[in-house]
Amino acid sequence: MNLNIFQQPRKVFIILFSFFFLFSLWIYAIPLFSNYQKPVKESKSIANGRLVWQKYNCHTCHQLYGLGGYLGPDLTNTYSRNKENETYLKGIIKSGVRQMPKFNLTDDETRELLAFLKDVDASGTADVNSYQPEINGTFSLKK
Amino acid sequence: MKNIGIILVRIALLLLLAGLFFGHLASETYQMTEAKNGVLGFLSLRPLHVSSAYLGIITAGLGFISIVIQKRKNTFLSKLLQYSHLALWVIALIGIFYSYFTGDFGGREYWEFNPIWAVPIFVSFIIFLIYYLYQLGFKEKWNVYQWMWLTGIIFFIFTFIENYLWLFPYFRSHFIADMTLQWKVNGSLVGAVNQIIYGVAFYLMEKISGDNKTSYQKLSFALYFLGLFNLMFNWGHHIYLLPTEKIIHYIAYAVSMTEWILFIRIFYKWNKQIKENKQHYYFFPYRFLMAADYWVIINLGMALLMSIPAINLYTHGTHITVAHAMGTTIGINTMIILAASFYFIKPTFLSKKTLKLNSLFFWSTQLILLTFLISLIGMGIQRALWQVGLKKSTFSQMTQASSLWTLLFIILGTLLMIFMGYFIIYLILKSLKKNQVT
Ligand code: HEC
Repeated sequence: MNLNIFQQPRKVFIILFSFFFLFSLWIYAIPLFSNYQKPVKESKSIANGRLVWQKYNCHTCHQLYGLGGYLGPDLTNTYSRNKENETYLKGIIKSGVRQMPKFNLTDDETRELLAFLKDVDASGTADVNSYQPEINGTFSLKK
Repeated sequence: MKNIGIILVRIALLLLLAGLFFGHLASETYQMTEAKNGVLGFLSLRPLHVSSAYLGIITAGLGFISIVIQKRKNTFLSKLLQYSHLALWVIALIGIFYSYFTGDFGGREYWEFNPIWAVPIFVSFIIFLIYYLYQLGFKEKWNVYQWMWLTGIIFFIFTFIENYLWLFPYFRSHFIADMTLQWKVNGSLVGAVNQIIYGVAFYLMEKISGDNKTSYQKLSFALYFLGLFNLMFNWGHHIYLLPTEKIIHYIAYAVSMTEWILFIRIFYKWNKQIKENKQHYYFFPYRFLMAADYWVIINLGMALLMSIPAINLYTHGTHITVAHAMGTTIGINTMIILAASFYFIKPTFLSKKTLKLNSLFFWSTQLILLTFLISLIGMGIQRALWQVGLKKSTFSQMTQASSLWTLLFIILGTLLMIFMGYFIIYLILKSLKKNQVT
């Protein structure tokens, strides 16, 4: 194997970094090209709901798409599981359950948090059973 | 000349100690049935644990770099840069703990503290970058660990900015893009810190073996670039489940698999490794490097499997991921930090008896860590089975079913705190003695 290129680390570094930079710019642009447009008002609630989620650190114990803490269940699709009953979700947040403390959210915060959870839920499913592994090592949504 | 590096190392050791302690407190929550409020609630303990441990690792890395490079130049500017870096870093740390202790936090996972404290961290890193470049200069050819350190510093700065892009509604209102960015940051940030810590390991190996040619070899650089390539493009393996652009998943899958090269190389070099282990076994700093080497095998093996999407689908979101995260931060990062601390602080085990006792502690620590990780994997398997619906039960029934593993996890975690804590306290005390430190 010819490794001579590695004698010029500065060159290799700059080349790799340029690719990385372009890749990053493309990531930042995802909101522009993905078909995910929402009415302005809704989009504002969702953005604020994300802040409420962060402000109260729900991620300490809960995951979205399997990312977050481990003490409680994943909440990606909790909205549709309890769709008929937003009061159930509100109740849990207000009074806590097991290791989950009570949270005193304002009415606006609760509304925005639910808008956020609704949006997360609509974005896909985190239920392992909805996917199937493929022979090449990837997985896909079951038909 | 005052040794600023060692001050950073001492702070780092204290942070690691705090990390162990908060981790122990947080683990107890798993046995509780009610929420605790205030600082002793899980809500505060988890970020305290993660931030202490991770900031400890970063601080240690910066400390060791400082110790190594401060000998090169001792001008007024060097000192000014070093002191301002230290001052800002300490301010940031105080701010972060203040923020957690007063309950004034809420933000991204792992970086929950009030974003205002990100400012001194950011500025201090810029200063550290200037200091680093100033001390090294551009005249001579840099060796591989000097490149690794530069890489770590630059990527930390770059990703740290990305880490706060959520402040703009443009990113925040698009949930999927926001999560993608969040895990791009988490992946690269860990990669950046690893560059710093692995650079320290490289430095130690050079000094211990007395062979400084390796650090300039093409092969060493090739491996460094493999690491860099992964840092840049493999982070998508955290978000296989997230319905983001498919291409991100494919890139991550393909790039992650290039690390098999590292894995295979370890076995290719197996005989050499064993010889080296025997040769330096009684030199204590080496002992921890050796431990780190073996933890690399276990963790890299696990990481490679978990980076295959079809396997990740099942392990994802379970404590198997936690076992991997703790396996690398404790088994690899902290072992290297202990190795370097032993190297720079130079405690000598004069009597055979102390050497024996410390050996015993060393091996106990490794064994406890191994069983600790196994207990996490046990918890993880329980949850994985539940996630695929093999166990028809509610979430709380699942946690009940896994209570034996949980108990084991808490007990072993406590033991780990005691045994690792012993080495850390020992090193802190030794570092305070005069003329100990080089
Ligand atoms: C200290 C940990 C902790 C924090 C922080 C926390 N939770 Fe929980 N949460 C739990 C636990 C544990 C459960 C599950 C209890 C059980 O059923 O055993 C739970 C359950 C829930 C449930 C019910 C899930 C279902 O499908 O029935 C919802 C909804 C929920 N949490 C929302 C939230 C929100 C919103 C936040 C942030 C404001 C939050 N939680 C913060 C620990 C936590």
